[in-house]
Amino acid sequence: MGAFILRRLLQAIIVMVSVAFIAFLLFQYVGDPVVFLLGQDATPEQIRQLRADLGLDQPFFVQFWHFLVNAAQGEFGLSLRQGAKVSRLLGERFPATFELALVAAVLALVVGIPMGVYAALKRGSFLSQVFMTVSLLGVSLPTFLIGILLILIFSVWLGWLPSFGRGETVNLGWWSSGLFTVDGWLHMILPAITLAIFQLTLIMRLVRAEMLEVLRTDYIKFARARGLSDRAIYFGHALKNTLVPVMTITGLQLGGLIAFAIITETVFQWPGMGLLFIQAVTFADVPVMAAYLCLIALIFVVINLIVDMLYVVVDPRLRVSSAGGH
Amino acid sequence: MRLALMGSALAAMVSVASAQTVRIANQGDALSLDPHSLNETLQLSVNANVYESLAGRDKKMNIAPLLATSWKQTSPTVWRFDLRKNVKFHDGTPFTADDVVFSFARAAGEGSDMKAHLAEVKEVRKVDDHTIDIETRAPLPILPAVISSTAIMSKKWCEENQAVRPVDKRKGIENTASFKANGTGPFRVRERQPNVRTTFTRNPQYWGKIDGNVQEVIFTPIASPSTRVAALASGQVDIMEPVPVQDVARLNSGNTRVITGPELRTIFLGMDQKRDELLFSSVKGKNPFKDKRVRQAFYQAIDIDGIRKTIMRDASRPTALMVGPGVNGWNAEQDKRLPYDVEGAKKLMADAGYPSGFEVTMNCPTDRYMNDGQICQAVAANLSKIGVKVNLQAETKGTYFPRVLRRDTSFYMLGWAPTSYDAHNVLSSLTACADDKGNGQFNLGSYCNPKLDEVIKKIQVETDQPKRDALIREAFQIHMDDIGHLPLHQQSLAWGVSRKVDLVQLADNFMFFKWITVKNK
Repeated sequence: MGAFILRRLLQAIIVMVSVAFIAFLLFQYVGDPVVFLLGQDATPEQIRQLRADLGLDQPFFVQFWHFLVNAAQGEFGLSLRQGAKVSRLLGERFPATFELALVAAVLALVVGIPMGVYAALKRGSFLSQVFMTVSLLGVSLPTFLIGILLILIFSVWLGWLPSFGRGETVNLGWWSSGLFTVDGWLHMILPAITLAIFQLTLIMRLVRAEMLEVLRTDYIKFARARGLSDRAIYFGHALKNTLVPVMTITGLQLGGLIAFAIITETVFQWPGMGLLFIQAVTFADVPVMAAYLCLIALIFVVINLIVDMLYVVVDPRLRVSSAGGH
Repeated sequence: MRLALMGSALAAMVSVASAQTVRIANQGDALSLDPHSLNETLQLSVNANVYESLAGRDKKMNIAPLLATSWKQTSPTVWRFDLRKNVKFHDGTPFTADDVVFSFARAAGEGSDMKAHLAEVKEVRKVDDHTIDIETRAPLPILPAVISSTAIMSKKWCEENQAVRPVDKRKGIENTASFKANGTGPFRVRERQPNVRTTFTRNPQYWGKIDGNVQEVIFTPIASPSTRVAALASGQVDIMEPVPVQDVARLNSGNTRVITGPELRTIFLGMDQKRDELLFSSVKGKNPFKDKRVRQAFYQAIDIDGIRKTIMRDASRPTALMVGPGVNGWNAEQDKRLPYDVEGAKKLMADAGYPSGFEVTMNCPTDRYMNDGQICQAVAANLSKIGVKVNLQAETKGTYFPRVLRRDTSFYMLGWAPTSYDAHNVLSSLTACADDKGNGQFNLGSYCNPKLDEVIKKIQVETDQPKRDALIREAFQIHMDDIGHLPLHQQSLAWGVSRKVDLVQLADNFMFFKWITVKNK
């Protein structure tokens, strides 16, 4: 077990350094931040000076080395555009993104699983057909379109819900939370639905497929033969076994939710990390972009690590093979 | 008894009227509350409600007294300013000449982004507590306009808060001035959450009269245009800008309206007139843009009215000059475009030796000016009628500007708004022969006419206003006769406003909260 974890950790570090390298490499092509830092009235001398001050005149590998050394200490330097520490900017924005992703994930699970179960059990029914059709829409409509449609209907036409921002927040230490105010929840509804829809349909379809699969297996037939009630069969035996792969996917999707909140945050002016990233791209703010990508990579790597370990815990067969090594 | 009742009713009405809140959404946010930290319109506009300068603008964009009550030239290079008395900063400190001397040094010093405005200022001297002299290196007839965005801060406050120098973006030394503000302006900052929300309240101790009735301003950045439109349409904000061109008609009905006006910025096209062979063209061994006939053919082949109608949806003002109304030096007589004439253009091309045209690459930003990418497409389509095949290279501003600024282009689009509100800035930045001192720094096609350069130098030092205006006119004439650039239009400002709100739109896109009135319904 220890060797297994150690090996996975080593892999994780290699992944992180590669991501950092690729991110940094890409940003050599996104443009020149100096153009945006200095106004149109800047003299050529000022431009040269700023470039030297920022270290942008140094070779790529020197810049990358500085970045890596600092990043290893959790320090991503300064945002070129905002002149503030990147780690602080990300720290300020993380709670907004995390809460949005969390609410979206819960929503997707709480709505998606029952829908999937229903669609599997009542395969031919009218409501199942509706679920399946709607889910197709959910998978195929782009996120920004869903967001704009929701804003149009619920904010502009009906005037029920706010169209942008996070509303009132409560500060719990450094964590600013919108989950403890009514205003915060009202602001949460539309973006959370927008972000959840894709996951929701995915989970629903996954649950349905898995459930159908499980219902065809022998032990369900035996259970039936033993005379167990439908309720015990469906929820006691079938659903339990269905949920193992669903949990794995959901774990990974939480990372995905955080990473792909970019579009939702842009549409709803949600003050999270995705919005910060988009703003950084506009102004070629390399340290912010690089730090964001590394953070997202880190989230994925950590979640993967946890999922791998949970597998070992859940499935005893893996324990043997991992202990023996590959 | 009745009187008392009426009195209390009146008081109630007044208190309702005085509790006016206005919510404003802009596509971006001020990066800092430090008024010297960034030379950018939005940043300056937001801060101008909190910090004031010696001279400012009135509702018609004329220079007007703010913290100085009057000024005069005591010699060609010295201006004397009489400072306003009984002005207090938000923290209660009285405003004096020491604050002015301090603020000019701060704005001209290390870390400041406003340095360029003060490059010509040699010294700022205190004469007495309420009088200062500003000496310039050379005669500077437009000094009051040049310093109209130099904000005055409190010396005492800056010293107490370790904010003697502006935040240096390079070193990340943050100070109080980037998050808190202490100006003399009609509004104070109550709460600041960068990129989320900034709240302003009316300054009850303001020295002047505040025309509007707004007590509180909530400023929110909303980057996505459709979200911004939705926020206004649903009544969650009262004012927003800019309005996307395609939404102008829709927002002009119901509870909202769109206020438009010409912006100071002029959009134009430039051509490489220096290299002997264009970098990106089918013509080898020579540079067709060195031939005035080719430049004129390009000019006359562009259907500017078509662009105005179909792409800009009337939100533009076609121009013949590199400056628009509102800029000192603009004049209506000169502002007459060469006619749109495809046949004439074809003939010019044939005369120049390109009867069947040629191929050239055009560089264009897609997210900097209003509909920039589409305008370039329209120009390309127009030029195809005279046989010119345009390879359009449209890209985001992040990569576009570094490319054209290193002059890696043959044919490009640019927009310019003079920060001094004066034609000299345009002439020296865009049309002067390029050197390494900053002249012609944005003359990206290196157009050069020594005769024009001479006139520009004269304009710089001429203090007699009528003579100076005549020189500017002469300079524009030389540039127009050469067809140095192809001016297109001044784009329009478009502010979406609730019908409850009255405000003043300035051509430099500044929004003053003191001129906003919310009507009671």
